[in-house]
Amino acid sequence: MDDLAVLDASGIVKTFGAVRALTDANLRVGEGEVVALMGANGAGKSTFVKIITGALRPDAGNVLIRGREARVGNPAEARRSGLVPVYQEPSLIPDLDVGDNLRLGDTPVGPFMDWVRELGVEDVRLADMISDLPLATLRILDLARALASEPDVLLLDEMTAALPTDLVERVLTVVRARANDGMGVIYVSHRFTEISELCDRASVLRDGRTVGDLEIEPGVEERAVELMLGQKLDLSHREGAASRGAASGASRLSVRNLSAGPKLTDVSFDLHPGEVLGVVALEGQGQDELFEVLSGFEKPTGGQVEVNGRPVSFSHPADAIAAGLTFVPGNRAEALLAQRSVRENIALPFAARPRSWGPLKLGRERERVRYAIDKLQIDTRAQGEAQMLSGGNQQKVTIGRWLATGVETLLLFDPTRGIDVRTKRQIYPLARELAESGAAVLFYTSELDEVALACDRAIVIFNGRVVDTIEASDADEQTLMRAAYGLTGTEAVS
Amino acid sequence: MSATDTNPPLARLGRLMRDNPMIPLVVFLILLIATLEVMRPGIVMPFRGGRDGLISTFWVGNLIKFAIPLAMLAACQVLTMLTAGIDLSAGIVATVAAFVCATLSSIWGVAPAVLIALASGLTVGIVNGIGVGLVRVHPLIMTLGTGLIATGCLQVYQRLVINAGAEIPGFLVWLGTGRTLGMPNGLYLFIPFAAFVICLMRFTGFGRILFALGSNERASMLSGVRSWQVYLALYALSGLIAALAGLLYLGIIRQTSLSLANPLLLPSVAAAVIGGTSIFGGRGSYAGAIVGALILRVLDTMLTLLQMPEGARTALFGIIILAVTALYVRITGSR
Repeated sequence: MDDLAVLDASGIVKTFGAVRALTDANLRVGEGEVVALMGANGAGKSTFVKIITGALRPDAGNVLIRGREARVGNPAEARRSGLVPVYQEPSLIPDLDVGDNLRLGDTPVGPFMDWVRELGVEDVRLADMISDLPLATLRILDLARALASEPDVLLLDEMTAALPTDLVERVLTVVRARANDGMGVIYVSHRFTEISELCDRASVLRDGRTVGDLEIEPGVEERAVELMLGQKLDLSHREGAASRGAASGASRLSVRNLSAGPKLTDVSFDLHPGEVLGVVALEGQGQDELFEVLSGFEKPTGGQVEVNGRPVSFSHPADAIAAGLTFVPGNRAEALLAQRSVRENIALPFAARPRSWGPLKLGRERERVRYAIDKLQIDTRAQGEAQMLSGGNQQKVTIGRWLATGVETLLLFDPTRGIDVRTKRQIYPLARELAESGAAVLFYTSELDEVALACDRAIVIFNGRVVDTIEASDADEQTLMRAAYGLTGTEAVS
Repeated sequence: MSATDTNPPLARLGRLMRDNPMIPLVVFLILLIATLEVMRPGIVMPFRGGRDGLISTFWVGNLIKFAIPLAMLAACQVLTMLTAGIDLSAGIVATVAAFVCATLSSIWGVAPAVLIALASGLTVGIVNGIGVGLVRVHPLIMTLGTGLIATGCLQVYQRLVINAGAEIPGFLVWLGTGRTLGMPNGLYLFIPFAAFVICLMRFTGFGRILFALGSNERASMLSGVRSWQVYLALYALSGLIAALAGLLYLGIIRQTSLSLANPLLLPSVAAAVIGGTSIFGGRGSYAGAIVGALILRVLDTMLTLLQMPEGARTALFGIIILAVTALYVRITGSR
């Protein structure tokens, strides 16, 4: 549109320890231009966003806003120089009212209220407490606040996730109109429909590098998916996938029309004994809520869960465990007793119920813990305190806990997140082996190649509902990625 | 870390102390006793030969006698602190148990009096457990509240029994003041008690869960622990132990008052902390707390000997507790 770039980030490099998060990330937004920033999980998108907004300092490269170097590493400075971000989680202080939140950021009240009305929210007063307002309204307020400060560049990071459709439309219309008046917009999103409606270009990030800049035109989705995956459509790892027989018989876990919170709207599937069922979803599509419900941490708002044909309702994880559903969370810190020994960590479920509060059965405990350690090949050189173990070994400990007690249905939530390749390669066969011995495994993963390696089939969740079921033999990354972005036409509910 | 790494012997010493936190505690206790002997020669080692031997069993017995109720109340603190809690009602519960026992003994006889005294402690404990476990009130607030309620109830109760008079049960006096083989009889009650607490912490499922809850409550829930059950049992046990400590203290002091054991509360917290129990939960040892209680008793004796005014003594006591805790944390690298 215009030659003058309002934002120009070039040659951005960022490393965390040994991990190179960004190797060469670039983004240029012209005046009045709306640019989508895309990338698969782990491509470095969130690191890049943090650098652009000044929350992180790059190791190399620079960020120019209107040709001036933004004092990067300082969000307030970036904001002052004209870049204002709006995130999925609104950055409003819950214990203050709307007016106080505006005063904190020196936002002019008049324009703010105009934008709020413009965005289609009528019933907000300055005296309303933030904590009393619904999430969707807060997102709108956050956006209105950003617009009222008249930014040069507006960064919208997944802000339409779980927003009602009519509000999404209003947001897109208003943002487009502002862009036509000259504001630059960076739009971070997983949703092709919104991107093609709103954006002029899409910039694709893969493995920390900007790999392409696409004009938005019909068919751009295919091109974007290709770019996000790269050309390495290596299918060799799929050997063995075909040999897996489909699990038969009655289902162990049967989920019908489950909904919880704003994100999980309608999920149904069956999980059979002897099966590893993959769950594929982009971030924030409702998979967190699904696992919270199945593990007994959260109550569903609708739908049914049956275990072995009997309807169940969990009010505590202990109920889920009693029904045979055991949960390994993605965040190891949630499941680990950091200061206690490996043995105490693994043996924890043994003492959970009051009837086992008496003297420990040390012999049996030692035997079961030894079994789990051997099975998982846990490195026990630093077994005195679990926090001394490597990430991979910590994850093995949290899984080993359930091997020691015996597994019926294992709920694995991204078990390979942030662990070394060698440990990953031990976890897939473990899931398979458990299934072969009669367990049922539900396996959410954020790394698409794991589906073909570990699962029999996978359900794909997009926008809170199951949009596709894919057999392992068809589960190449491209198919999964397309499905995860909601690009399959039919809504195949298993 | 890097500073100690350049100095291998020191680093090795540090590691040794981290692995065996009892060593610095016992060394400190012995140092304190030695200082006491220097301050007042003959108090610990009379050198009279004959009756008392090399070290005065009378003095040691006295030290132990007064440390026992403190160490028992410290058990309440250690156990609750393992789950990142605290029991601030323990001192008042001990007072209530002692007062109830003394007044009821003269009316209904000794056995019912003792039972009712223990039951009153159990009741306060159960209320604490319900508040902390089910209503999820912070333990500090909950136990502070029940402590105040118990104090109020005690004052009302005192009006009711004002004419009955008090009678200290004979066996409590025997436990509190009598001696067998030179040692106070209370010690023969305390040794099995301490063994019970230590075994509870180390060799039972309940103990495991206490440590687990204090380290990571969510992880414990994930493993199927219903935390309210644990809190209920824990605070009930703590109340019972506090009542037991109160009865023993009654036998030692041999008189009742409406604030008999209250001054032991804060020292019981201090004993637990000095003994290496983390107020943030997940780490603690009862053996350490026992040594902590002994250290506090020796310190108290020392300050009494200095014949300072009461105010200065209390302030100095506080300063020393802070210094000891800070030093201990520095040495063992724990919190």
